Amino acid sequence: MGEILSLERVSKSYGALKVTDGISLALGEGEMLGILGPNGAGKTTLFNLISGDVRPDEGRVMFRGQDITALPPHRRCRHGIGRSYQIPHPFSGMTVFENLLVGAIYGEGMAEQAAESLCIEVLEKTGLLKKSNQLAGSLTLLDRKRLELARALATRPRLLLLDEIAGGLTEHEAKELVRLIQEIKAQGVSMIWIEHVVHALLAVADRLLVINFGTKLAEGAPQAVMNDPEVKRVYMGIEV
Amino acid sequence: MSTTMGVTAAASARPGDGGHVVERSTRAGIATMVFFAVSLGFSVSMPFWADAIYLRWLSELACYFVMAQMWNLLGGYGGLVSIGQQAYIGIGGYALIVLANMAGINPFAAVLLCGVAAAVAAMPISRIVFRLHGPTFAIGTWAVAEILRLLVANTTVLGGGSGTSLLALRGFDRATREAITFWVSIGASYGSVLLVYLLLRSKFGLALTAIRDSELASRSQGIDVGRTKFLVYVISAFGFGIAGAIYFLGTLRISPDAAFGVSWSPLIIFMVIIGGVGTIAGPLFGAVLFFALSKVFEDFGSWYLTALGLLAIVVTIWFPKGIFGFIEDRYDLRLFPVQRRLRVRSTP
Repeated sequence: MGEILSLERVSKSYGALKVTDGISLALGEGEMLGILGPNGAGKTTLFNLISGDVRPDEGRVMFRGQDITALPPHRRCRHGIGRSYQIPHPFSGMTVFENLLVGAIYGEGMAEQAAESLCIEVLEKTGLLKKSNQLAGSLTLLDRKRLELARALATRPRLLLLDEIAGGLTEHEAKELVRLIQEIKAQGVSMIWIEHVVHALLAVADRLLVINFGTKLAEGAPQAVMNDPEVKRVYMGIEV
Repeated sequence: MSTTMGVTAAASARPGDGGHVVERSTRAGIATMVFFAVSLGFSVSMPFWADAIYLRWLSELACYFVMAQMWNLLGGYGGLVSIGQQAYIGIGGYALIVLANMAGINPFAAVLLCGVAAAVAAMPISRIVFRLHGPTFAIGTWAVAEILRLLVANTTVLGGGSGTSLLALRGFDRATREAITFWVSIGASYGSVLLVYLLLRSKFGLALTAIRDSELASRSQGIDVGRTKFLVYVISAFGFGIAGAIYFLGTLRISPDAAFGVSWSPLIIFMVIIGGVGTIAGPLFGAVLFFALSKVFEDFGSWYLTALGLLAIVVTIWFPKGIFGFIEDRYDLRLFPVQRRLRVRSTP
């Protein structure tokens, strides 16, 4: 299993606050890495560093053997990094269908006709097909989260970054989501998933990473990490 | 996640199999097209029967159409709120002087070149103003226009501070001159609407609308936001250059203050905001409203500006999407359909 992504001693500070402190990380092709950590631990910043929304102060970001540290977000998207945002950022004046078209056409570089077919496929998978012609701004929060995932999928990513998409889902919906993610994973897409809904994460993650204060607290096989006393203390307040 | 029959059929759709239809037109849109075709024919015939004053009025209105449309493209879609587009009105106007008076090119034919001149000027200027964002961008564009005004005012060949006349038009008799000016301005106004409409319907329009809604998400969806904004800025300058040239074809005289004066910006922004920012029909509606108000109230002196100001306040408070934006939402009226509506072919 080759490496698709690696971070080499990446750091990022906002003023005196070091949000990412020399983190090194490697992700295998087709691997699913789950990230846990208390609020403000630097999880989303880590995503921003990978997607290019934020440039690191130090360190390198390598994607499929290429140094992408200096690449802007849109180029990284075209290279195959798709992401969702924790706080949804829909194109609110466009329809759901058009929201997906953007990524298929610009992110994946497809011609319009092919892009349309891909979008329909993704809409169906994510349960948004019936809402295709609705303006994204009129969606409920839950559907906005679905749209975040759908839009990222429409760019046909090789690496998918998911930022808390399971929060607020019912038990049933969470199961649907897990099934969808397993399906995406089965297609060979590598993933990093930041999630507070631990059981959803445990259902799909090959490996877990817990970060706190911008550094790694624990990393390894999901069960081992969950049983780590330090993780129990910092993240879960003892009970699992 | 539901799977009705129709949905399943579409889900198995593969590129090119035609399992779905994307609708681009609306009934209102077809009505708009018919209206435009009829009104275009009507306008073109006007110089043969209409009074000269109406031709002049409509020429002026046509200039406003172009400016409002171009400002909306820039500010409403590109998110680039500029208060300095008069820079390109001025460049267009003075390009006309240079090309027609000095280089001896037919002034009507030169109009298009004036647009090109403005677009070319916009390229290096964008390098400067694009370093600024939001409010500082707005002020920066204004500063550029002021610098250009001062440069031209200190250039003797261009008439200096008191300006100069469009002498190249002396060779035309009045009726011909007014008719051609009218036709050129009508052409520009219909052209600008068509240009914006086609742009917004295209792939480029998809990116532009996405940027209007969220720059952050646009970037992570693969859109080169900087390049898109640059193109919009250049296209807008092109339109303003043409509008400027046509405006001064009508007035026959140009001065740095009239061409590069900051008073253009509030008028144009007024039209766009009142009509409805981020729509095609809104700015047209706003331009007509502004023009009508200016004709009705022009004899009332400062009351005229008071009325405009009051209207602007009322609209921004109660109709934040503009008067036309309000109507569009209320009645789902898509006069210029740019949306893509998905119809998945259902199998019975």
